[in-house]
Amino acid sequence: MINITTQSVGLVEPKTMHFDEALSLVCGKVLEQYDIVYETYGTLNAKADNAVLVCHALSADHHAAGYHSKEDVKPGWWDICIGPGKPIDTDKFFVVSPCNLGHCSGSTGPRSINPDTSKAYGQDFPMMTVVDWVNYQQRLADKLGIAQWAAVAGGSLGGMQALQWAIQFPDKLRHAIVIASAPKLSAQNIAFNAVARQAIMNDPDFHDGRYYDFDTVPSNGLKVARMLGHITYLSDDAMGDKFGRELKNEQLNYDYGVEFQVESYLRYQGESFASRFDANTYLLMTKALDYFDPAEEEGGDLSAVFKKVKAKFFLASFTTDWRFSPERSKEIVSALTDANRDVSYLEFESNHGHDAFLVANDDYTDALKAYMQNIEVSA
Amino acid sequence: MSELRPELQKICEWIEPGSRVLDLGCGDGELLEWLQKNRQVTGYGVEIDQQNVLSCLKKNINIIQTDLDAGLTDFADASFDYVIMTQALQALHRPDKTLDEMLRVGHKSIVTFPNFGLWKCRLYLSLKGRMPVSKALPAQWYDTKNIHLCTVNDFENFCAQRSMTISKRGIVDYNHRPSALMKLWPNLFGEVALYQLDEKKNAI
Repeated sequence: MINITTQSVGLVEPKTMHFDEALSLVCGKVLEQYDIVYETYGTLNAKADNAVLVCHALSADHHAAGYHSKEDVKPGWWDICIGPGKPIDTDKFFVVSPCNLGHCSGSTGPRSINPDTSKAYGQDFPMMTVVDWVNYQQRLADKLGIAQWAAVAGGSLGGMQALQWAIQFPDKLRHAIVIASAPKLSAQNIAFNAVARQAIMNDPDFHDGRYYDFDTVPSNGLKVARMLGHITYLSDDAMGDKFGRELKNEQLNYDYGVEFQVESYLRYQGESFASRFDANTYLLMTKALDYFDPAEEEGGDLSAVFKKVKAKFFLASFTTDWRFSPERSKEIVSALTDANRDVSYLEFESNHGHDAFLVANDDYTDALKAYMQNIEVSA
Repeated sequence: MSELRPELQKICEWIEPGSRVLDLGCGDGELLEWLQKNRQVTGYGVEIDQQNVLSCLKKNINIIQTDLDAGLTDFADASFDYVIMTQALQALHRPDKTLDEMLRVGHKSIVTFPNFGLWKCRLYLSLKGRMPVSKALPAQWYDTKNIHLCTVNDFENFCAQRSMTISKRGIVDYNHRPSALMKLWPNLFGEVALYQLDEKKNAI
């Protein structure tokens, strides 16, 4: 059983908000109705000016902090940063953490039942983009009575949502917290996603995404996709420190079984992910990453896009992150300084690669805390 | 302004209100904080040290953590009214290149450094035969961050060679004492030298 500390938001319960207003999507399709599952931590103040939107990345969801039950082994994905006395201090802020549309943890997605067919959407679920997510998040804000976020925050794909918020609704947030993120994917990033998708779609159990109807799941494909993804989340150093060339068994067997510990670890990661995650959602999330390119509307000129931004920015990157390296964050910083916007940028030493934004590190949490403490909210 | 050290006070006198400022090696951010509050400047501090960066965040100034020796490539040409660098020139790997970058990015550049031509340094070296160690330059030769120390004359020669125009010069000491000697023989009696560089015009 877990020991809930005083710095934890404690036991939390997800809530569901139903939306009947149709949502027009970038892909041209319309979602007539949908559910959004979300969690909140802290209390919304009288002027509703202390709300912070937390956006999740590819595989996480609305469960950002605290525990669902005392039997939980792990807290929410950003528990190091959210809680009483933590960087996003729930004694000060009201935190809203939704599960994105298209996900598989409760909000409407490919695994949900399509009211038109009474079957799971599968690949009929419309393609999602970061722009669409910001649109539904804005509707959620409206329903919660939040006219302007004190901050929108996230890491990786979550950071892209914070960036997009500042561009899409410049008056509706005061601060954007963008961590271990990028202004768009590189060819290499897209290539990794493409391989992950191929692994899933070539699984014989995929059935063109209709695997729900066949009572099966393309778990082998999803496992390989996750194994590949996982390699890009870790640094060479972190993998080396953790596994080196350590063997799974006492000696080499000279066969095609698992010889090295790192193989065993990756298989375990793949299997545990495949048992909880929906393959269609994985496909959709990687596509949302690929499509993200806010500079496109200005012919690739990010600083021109930032001219309309009003939010202050806090950006951070980690030295060994090679998925979204510090250089990718600096592209955003450079465009913001060119546009004369307020921005602070920090680069933290860490050997945890891309995953570093989820790992406790005093430099990181102290800096985010210092920044968040200066955000003004009414009593 | 009295809470600032003498060279920073001088810089504050030079900066036009409402300017856009880039402060390189801004330390804990005291100069930018003062300029923001009292001169309504906008801009950014640049600093590498983690504790200093944290102090800047606490002061609510825009801080960009990066290594000055890696260049100012993230900043566009002529994008700042002033680029300031106090007491960092002597700690850079290639101060000449950083000065070029400052002039590229700023309309005006302000640079300060400890004058190694100070009589105390000369006396120390000539009498003791050892590298000067003082309150202002307390480190030993082997562990000092100050790897490119220069004198007032060195710097002015350098500017002349590179066709850099000096539009303002200030010489101060660490304790605020006015001194006629310092004005007459800055290279001998100045403790800290301040220069404002332009690309052209207004040379002294």
